[in-house]
Amino acid sequence: MNKAGERLYNGLIKENPTLVLMLGMCPTLAVTTSAINGLGMGLTTLAVLALSNLIISLLRNIIPDRVRIPAFIVIIASFVTAVQLLLEAYIPALNKSLGVYIPLIVVNCIILGRAESYAYTNPVLPSLFDGIGMGLGFTFALTCIGALRELLGAGALFGRTILPDSVEPIRIFGQAPGAFFVLAALVALQNYLKKIRKAAGKSYEKIGSGCSEDCMNCKDRDGCSRRFYDENASTEKKKSSEAQNSGEEGR
Amino acid sequence: MGELYKVSSNPHIRSKVATNGIMLAVVIALMPAAGFGIYNFGPRALAVMLVTVASTVLTEFLFGLYRRKLTITDLSAVVTGLLLALNLPVTIPLWMAALGGVFAILVVKMLFGGLGQNFMNPALAARCFLLISFPTAMTAFDCDAFTGATPLAALKAGEQVKVLDMVIGRTAGTIGETSVIALAVGACILILMGIIDLRIPGSYILSFLIFAGLFGGHGFDPSYLAAQLSGGGLMLGAFFMATDYVTRPITGRGQYVFGIFLGLMTGIFRIFGPGAEGVSYAIILGNLLVPLMEKYTMPVAFGYGKGGKRREK
Repeated sequence: MNKAGERLYNGLIKENPTLVLMLGMCPTLAVTTSAINGLGMGLTTLAVLALSNLIISLLRNIIPDRVRIPAFIVIIASFVTAVQLLLEAYIPALNKSLGVYIPLIVVNCIILGRAESYAYTNPVLPSLFDGIGMGLGFTFALTCIGALRELLGAGALFGRTILPDSVEPIRIFGQAPGAFFVLAALVALQNYLKKIRKAAGKSYEKIGSGCSEDCMNCKDRDGCSRRFYDENASTEKKKSSEAQNSGEEGR
Repeated sequence: MGELYKVSSNPHIRSKVATNGIMLAVVIALMPAAGFGIYNFGPRALAVMLVTVASTVLTEFLFGLYRRKLTITDLSAVVTGLLLALNLPVTIPLWMAALGGVFAILVVKMLFGGLGQNFMNPALAARCFLLISFPTAMTAFDCDAFTGATPLAALKAGEQVKVLDMVIGRTAGTIGETSVIALAVGACILILMGIIDLRIPGSYILSFLIFAGLFGGHGFDPSYLAAQLSGGGLMLGAFFMATDYVTRPITGRGQYVFGIFLGLMTGIFRIFGPGAEGVSYAIILGNLLVPLMEKYTMPVAFGYGKGGKRREK
């Protein structure tokens, strides 16, 4: 169970998908006009992410390497369709305000990224918690951005007016540029906190997610499923391009 | 800006003109427009100027404290603050003016690396920030001295405007944009001192006039063109903001391209856009395209043929 807690911490703080990995920028910037939208988008993604991680991890020994991406997409798309139908039935207002960004969860790079880099190579339980952790991290970031934008741009929070009328809200935060300002400020804050923690001597190494992400020095040459290219082909290509270069210099 | 950078092999010509000298000249050149703004709109105009200058300088000073690098002595923050004030209506709440100053210096200038690294004119970016954030306060041109629409808005609505009043500056508008005469005096100071040349303002104004003549719906009617020319921020923008050293192209041909682009965009915004004015958006849009303009107008180095390829021996 320790592993599960570690996955949650990793997704929420250390490798927060929005503020650290900078993934899923499209919904992050587009739907966070209010706190409730950010929360709704985050929770929807959380549900899809946790379930798709679970199923992909269960099927990881069955899915052939070559067609894994289409297989992932099919699994993710099924869950997105199910979630969208549920939203339409039970929370139609949220479904309407999130609009096209619900079907677009299918191609959200956080979900595909976690499937590819974690769920496909790891056991079921940690994969499920990885999905929940990453989803919570996404939800947390989106709710923060949405709350700040709503507060600054409309003087409200979760739809309730907070600031008095005499304070005029800064409307630009409710529009597209405001999303960039708030996101940049939060990322800067996150980097600053990381710097402080590093200076205080706390280790900030990435927690092993089954892959060091350093393919050059990786020991696991045969068992790795993440190499896209046939190694021989790539070396051949390199050789031929080198030959071309030297030929040009000789001219 | 005092450091001496080693750029390439000598010989180099070193100029005695420093950044603060240029900035001081710009401040002096802006004084007629600022003075007329105070005369025209009353003491509140002075208060707006003081607030914006104080907020830009203070922001730069605080950022300098954090970075342990004092940069306010180059006076560029003063120029930014003054230009921003001249671009605001006199009735703007003072806290909004101060917020604009903070945005100009902190977000547009210092976060991108300070003077010389800003990709957009800070004063104009702040004006657009305020315009989007507070549309009502930024377009409220009613004050004690004048009521009603700006001459450009009246012109767009098809009403008659008094061109002579617009040239002198007895009209509604932002603090520094109304008087063509005061701005022309300042522009002459800058041109005579050699701080700016006529490439950008000339091509800007000329291309805008041609565009307005072709598409404005009044033909080349002199009074219409004169009204378009002296209304709004065209003069202020063309002479004082499009010519900003940091955000204009460095190549000569690029500056002509830049000026013509600004003229076209201003014309499109004014004639086909929903608002009456478009100078500030045109200039910051042009600022964004400056790297592209420089890339395609870079002069070919000596010894290289067309297209920058080395000649075969």
